[in-house]
Amino acid sequence: MHMADALISPAVGGTLWAATAGLTAYSAKKLKKDLDEHKVPMMGVLGAFIFAAQMINFTIPATGSSGHLGGGMILAILLGPYAAFLVMASVLTIQALFFADGGLLALGCNILNLGFFPCFIAYPLIYQKIVGARPTQGRILLGAMAAAILGLQMGALGVVLETWSSGITELSLSTFVLLMLPIHLAIGIVEGLITAAVVSFVWKAHPAILTQASHPPAARVHSHKPLLLGLALFAVVAGGMLSWFASTHPDGLEWSIKGVTGKEELAGPKEGVHGVMAWIQERLAFLPDYDFKKPEEEKAGQKEESWPEVSPGKSLAGILGAAMTLLLAGIIGFGLRRYYSHGKG
Amino acid sequence: MSHHLVEVKDLHYKYPDGTSALRGVSFRITHGEAVAIIGANGAGKSTLLLQLNGCLLPQAGTVRIGDLPLNRKTLLHVRRTVGMVFQDPDDQLFMPLVHDDVAFGPLNLGLPVEEVEARVESALATVGASHLKDRPPYRLSGGEKRAVAIASVLSMSPSILVMDEPTAALDPKTRRHLIQLLKTFNHTLIIATHDLDLVLDLCSRAIVFKEGLIVADGPTLEILQNQELLDSSSLEKPLRLQGCPVCQAGSGLSG
Amino acid sequence: MGKIESALLNIGYLETLSYQQTPLHRLDPRAKLLTTLVFIVAVVSCGKYDITGLIPFIIYPVVLIAVGNLPPGYLARKILLAAPFAFFIGIFNPLLDRAVLVQLGPVGISGGWVSFASIMLRFVLTVSAALILIAGTGLNAVCLALEKMGAPRSFVMQILFLYRYIFVLTDEALRLVRARALRSFQGRGMGFKVFSYMIGQLLLRTLDRAHRIHLAMLSRGFEGKIHLVRPLHLRSRDVAFFLGWSTLFVLMRWYNIPHLLGNAAAGLIR
Repeated sequence: MHMADALISPAVGGTLWAATAGLTAYSAKKLKKDLDEHKVPMMGVLGAFIFAAQMINFTIPATGSSGHLGGGMILAILLGPYAAFLVMASVLTIQALFFADGGLLALGCNILNLGFFPCFIAYPLIYQKIVGARPTQGRILLGAMAAAILGLQMGALGVVLETWSSGITELSLSTFVLLMLPIHLAIGIVEGLITAAVVSFVWKAHPAILTQASHPPAARVHSHKPLLLGLALFAVVAGGMLSWFASTHPDGLEWSIKGVTGKEELAGPKEGVHGVMAWIQERLAFLPDYDFKKPEEEKAGQKEESWPEVSPGKSLAGILGAAMTLLLAGIIGFGLRRYYSHGKG
Repeated sequence: MSHHLVEVKDLHYKYPDGTSALRGVSFRITHGEAVAIIGANGAGKSTLLLQLNGCLLPQAGTVRIGDLPLNRKTLLHVRRTVGMVFQDPDDQLFMPLVHDDVAFGPLNLGLPVEEVEARVESALATVGASHLKDRPPYRLSGGEKRAVAIASVLSMSPSILVMDEPTAALDPKTRRHLIQLLKTFNHTLIIATHDLDLVLDLCSRAIVFKEGLIVADGPTLEILQNQELLDSSSLEKPLRLQGCPVCQAGSGLSG
Repeated sequence: MGKIESALLNIGYLETLSYQQTPLHRLDPRAKLLTTLVFIVAVVSCGKYDITGLIPFIIYPVVLIAVGNLPPGYLARKILLAAPFAFFIGIFNPLLDRAVLVQLGPVGISGGWVSFASIMLRFVLTVSAALILIAGTGLNAVCLALEKMGAPRSFVMQILFLYRYIFVLTDEALRLVRARALRSFQGRGMGFKVFSYMIGQLLLRTLDRAHRIHLAMLSRGFEGKIHLVRPLHLRSRDVAFFLGWSTLFVLMRWYNIPHLLGNAAAGLIR
């Protein structure tokens, strides 16, 4: 679920990077203002906990596959939204740097999908509303489930919008959504169950922990501000991305809308993905010109030189040149390697 | 010399869950003394230690460090004077590099950077860990971690050193090094430990805790040969003194 | 559990690589961080069907791997391991975009395959840049660079704390998992109930540890602000590194080098 750099455009990646950087700075400031910087050791260790916990898998009975913890919700419940957001951001940063799990440019997207949504939306709007100041086993379960499921759906939707509006993938909005959301519904259910189980466990052992984490009533009043800010930001960004895409790819948007409204036909082929693919290919066949035109229109939106015409001569030159470039790069690299390992080592 | 004094009077402390850890503890430790705090697990040793530098505050009774009574206002001063080395060095070494951990204390005291660097150098040199300065703490062995943990406290130049189980989980040689190192210190030493042989080696005085109260306070050798006292406090003689023909002959007991 | 141990070894190995003393490692981390970002943006800004435009960018990872004495095989494996998500999204392109875009003699290659190749090429380039950054710089230096460039202190400390305790906590998790494995005889995977107890236990221990760490910090005079004293000096070679590479990236986006080379070679042949 971590976005890779390979799938996003600079516009999308850059915008969200800036947005989440701002949100990180804001959360840090808030932490300082509330004199909660004493939380930093706990935050650090809890971040490491999320890491460690993510490595323990359990088997899901019916499917034979394994599940594990995401963590955003548990963090929010234990630390409050701002601190939890910072912890998730740090976990994602380490994952991007050390495990190539998510790209560096895409880090902003990932922090939005996996940090912002659970901590600033799912937690305050869903979990807190359900569980309130006096938690019970049942409310914890309900709250955790609802918050986890919805939080993950939002995250999945985020991935879809970010990828789709970058224009690198051929997937249409509707197909992509159909692909991602059901999977993440299942993941959300699992996450909700784990969160509920762990929170109940901890709550029974040390009830004080949960009440410590929820901020005092005075802070509650303020807590809406960043939420609204974040929502507004998200709306602007999403709106911007969608409209940008619409303006450069009018056909694309139209086509997806057609796809969405043609839903009755979608219900027909129930052979899962194959059915959907077949249906899509059928539709494509009706629009042959559209396909050929597409590359030109893409380029109109991006400033790069034109792809060579489909003449054999030019293609050959391109391939020859590519091979030469690679050879050159290889020679340079090899040469440097020898120089540095023999001379400087 | 009163700024090195540790005076505890009728100290009481009860944990939020209701456990009464200290039920009226009093003692007085003067400059340069090396005192061992011994007793069964749960007898109140760790709680007492946490009181000595204000991690916990007394609920009744007083704690006096040097000229200062222990309360919220004097915390920073007290922590400057009382250096605490915790049981698990991983809890104590939390910065990215050894250098950062040893510099942590002096920086918090607001000292200028050159002074901080000088203190880091000398603290590491004292414990023999200068070569570890630029290592991250998770790449240290158990003994090295302990040494660095001690250095991280020494760099604040405390006059009183409080230690919780300093020799736990150390191999014999490392343990011996540590004991030798501690012997060179001029600080007032207050050590909570199960290692009774360490107590014999290092501490001239021992205070025995049992169920939140002090049941004995006196010269080490006397206390550690008092079989009855040891039995009732879940202790036994240090290994060195067990099976000692002289003691057995003297007390009339066998083995 | 193999996963935990291998993850630990992974981080440990990357970190060991970052301790080397090569010209790459000696560069200011800010220069390396910024250059990496410019690289990624340049690569990602290439068009959907661009392949020849992307190829010259390989020079950056190649040079850095050589100068930084980094193991190419190890990096290649890591890239492969991280590929699934990009692969599975990218693979839809050939399925959906079937119009022939390039004609190579008798063989017609659809746009979908071209964009898929472009995606995978992008992936290799961007991921290798990130791995090289951490292997050639180390997390401490990267965090220092972030802080000096304006990231909030508490966030940077958070990353460093997290990193510092990853080993401790994964160790504890490993012990829990092993203890359970030794007592389960059916050889089946872990059930949910046991799993949630284990996570709960781990969490409680973590919270206890957090409390003890906080006490240790308080004992050394902590009052809320963490000081990190590490000077960074920007030298001319650091600036040169950044400017040089950035200029090259811009040039590579402007001119399609394989085409230039290819045309030149073809011209010579005629």
